[in-house]
Amino acid sequence: MGKTLFDKVWDAHVVDAIDNGPQILYIDKHLIHEVTSPQAFNELEERGIPVYRPNQIVATADHNTPTLNQDQPIKDELSRKQLEQLSKNCKKNNITLYQLGHKYNGIVHVMAPELGVTQPGLTMVCGDSHTSTHGAFGAIAFGIGTSQVAQVFASQCLLLTKPKSLRVSVNGKLKAGVLPKDVILYIISKLGTNSGTGYFCEYAGNVFEDMSMEGRMTVCNMSIEMGARGGMIAPDETTFSYVKGREFAPKGEDFDKKVAYWKTLPTDEDAVFDQEYSFAAEDIEPMITYGTNPGMGIKISETIPVNDNPSFKKSLAYMNFEAGESLINKPINFVFIGSCTNSRIEDFRVAAKYIKGKKKADNVTAWLVPGSKQVEHQIIEEGLKTIFDDAGFELRQPGCSACLAMNDDKIPQGEYCVSTSNRNFEGRQGQGSRTILASPLVAAATAVEGKIIDITKHLN
Amino acid sequence: MEKFTTLKSKAIPLNIENVDTDQIIPARFLKATDRKGFGDNLFRDWRYHKDGSVNIDFILNDAQYSGKILVAGDNFGCGSSREHAAWAITDFGFKVVVSSFFADIFKGNALNNGLLPVQVSKAFLSDLLQIIASNSETELLVDLENQTISVKDSDLSEKFEIDAYKKTCMINGYDDIDYLVNNKKLIEAFEAQKIY
Ligand code: SF4
Repeated sequence: MGKTLFDKVWDAHVVDAIDNGPQILYIDKHLIHEVTSPQAFNELEERGIPVYRPNQIVATADHNTPTLNQDQPIKDELSRKQLEQLSKNCKKNNITLYQLGHKYNGIVHVMAPELGVTQPGLTMVCGDSHTSTHGAFGAIAFGIGTSQVAQVFASQCLLLTKPKSLRVSVNGKLKAGVLPKDVILYIISKLGTNSGTGYFCEYAGNVFEDMSMEGRMTVCNMSIEMGARGGMIAPDETTFSYVKGREFAPKGEDFDKKVAYWKTLPTDEDAVFDQEYSFAAEDIEPMITYGTNPGMGIKISETIPVNDNPSFKKSLAYMNFEAGESLINKPINFVFIGSCTNSRIEDFRVAAKYIKGKKKADNVTAWLVPGSKQVEHQIIEEGLKTIFDDAGFELRQPGCSACLAMNDDKIPQGEYCVSTSNRNFEGRQGQGSRTILASPLVAAATAVEGKIIDITKHLN
Repeated sequence: MEKFTTLKSKAIPLNIENVDTDQIIPARFLKATDRKGFGDNLFRDWRYHKDGSVNIDFILNDAQYSGKILVAGDNFGCGSSREHAAWAITDFGFKVVVSSFFADIFKGNALNNGLLPVQVSKAFLSDLLQIIASNSETELLVDLENQTISVKDSDLSEKFEIDAYKKTCMINGYDDIDYLVNNKKLIEAFEAQKIY
């Protein structure tokens, strides 16, 4: 029987197996940030264990950072201390850190692929659930807890039971205005938020093959929102040409050798998955969420379903929405384009294309937050910043920003925010805030109109 | 890590589905660099109103309920990888969380912190929630060796699954770091012959 992409990468990394127990899986790259690493460093120090392979670790500061005046000292004392702790820990253990203000700084899942740290066939982990993003390159990448961060520090390995395999295929032609974000929101709305638990997911079909690396990252990023530890897409020419020439990518002959290996990774014809789903691209439309988990999504033109489940009702009460109503014409005061789901250059190009020549509605506060310093530069270089400035949008500095209500960027109590991030949990963007997940196109249109519109009626 | 064999305790019924890690511990409390004290902010935005006053309607603030077992609705712990969620629950005093479904990362984090996630059937969970809600003195028995959870003085009992290796770790209070560090030779040998 053939092997899946996941099998091939996993099997190549198994160091050993415990009888009737987990396997020892070797980890090639370990990404760290300020929030989930300090306790792991402490633990190692307390136990007198050194960091085993510091040159396989890359660190950045992203969650707890301000997105304005990054050249000045951070005002919040606890945040400042957490960042100082990261710098200290990295220095002490010889770990490369791209700290605030560095030209390579950014959200961990945006900066690592940009630098070529992320490559096909690798195993990658980070103390962050959206590590699934890196699977877009055909890597096994998943989020871990802090105890596991300490394990990887100590041994460059993890003890794991091999997950089951799941394949989600989408074939056909996407309609105008349907972006990668809509594809994944659609999949999650159909399958539910725990359908992927216990599985590693592969996305297959021409829809993903035709996507850019940015689009594939958006899709894999949200694998965790259906419960899967990770998502993967087979590496192909799009992947190879994205990786080529980047800072940490293999060079010259070495690169060619790697490509030859990467070409062996895609799932064999006769491989069998534990679970399979398939969808038709033509059925997907621009999506929007109405509730407090990412599975509560509808096509923008649909109405909120009716459901008697108490948790469902609690969720609608929190959002102050009624079952059966449409979201079209709902006034919106906050729009956030950013987060590791949608803060890459392509996302800002989509937004700029729509915004060009239009003006932001007066009632809207619109934050555009690039995922990295490199994206920020590109926005300026390509002239997108001028478009945003002219339309009254605010381009801020890179970071997680309003995705998680940890730094200064928060949505006020009771306010709706149409957001390109990945989680609409209660209070995710600020205490009492109400998040509506959408694509950068829907977010841009909302900011211009000051309310949700049926974008499908405004295209061409 | 503390050892876990059996536990007899009263329980707190948190009859809410899809409890995510942002509810267990909101991100604004993740700025600390050590593991202690997170229990104060467990379910912060449900326990307290925005003005800081206590929300008397929330079950954790209901004085009649206490115990080291948290019984939660279906699908517990989805969302972020923050281990702070497991630390907040243990710091508050819980040793066991019961639900009919756990998110992967949360489950792993719990096991790495001596917090036992007990996954039961939906029917059993609904019985449990009902019994505890109607009698806050109800005691539960969790037996890790035999992998059972039962309601004291009743026939209600169910077997639960746990990975054999993790079970041994919990019973003996070992953790994965000990195991991995003791296998450095194997790891070095693997590094020397990597095929990719
Ligand atoms: S942008 Fe949001 S989801 Fe992504 S790493 Fe930052 S906090 Fe997590």
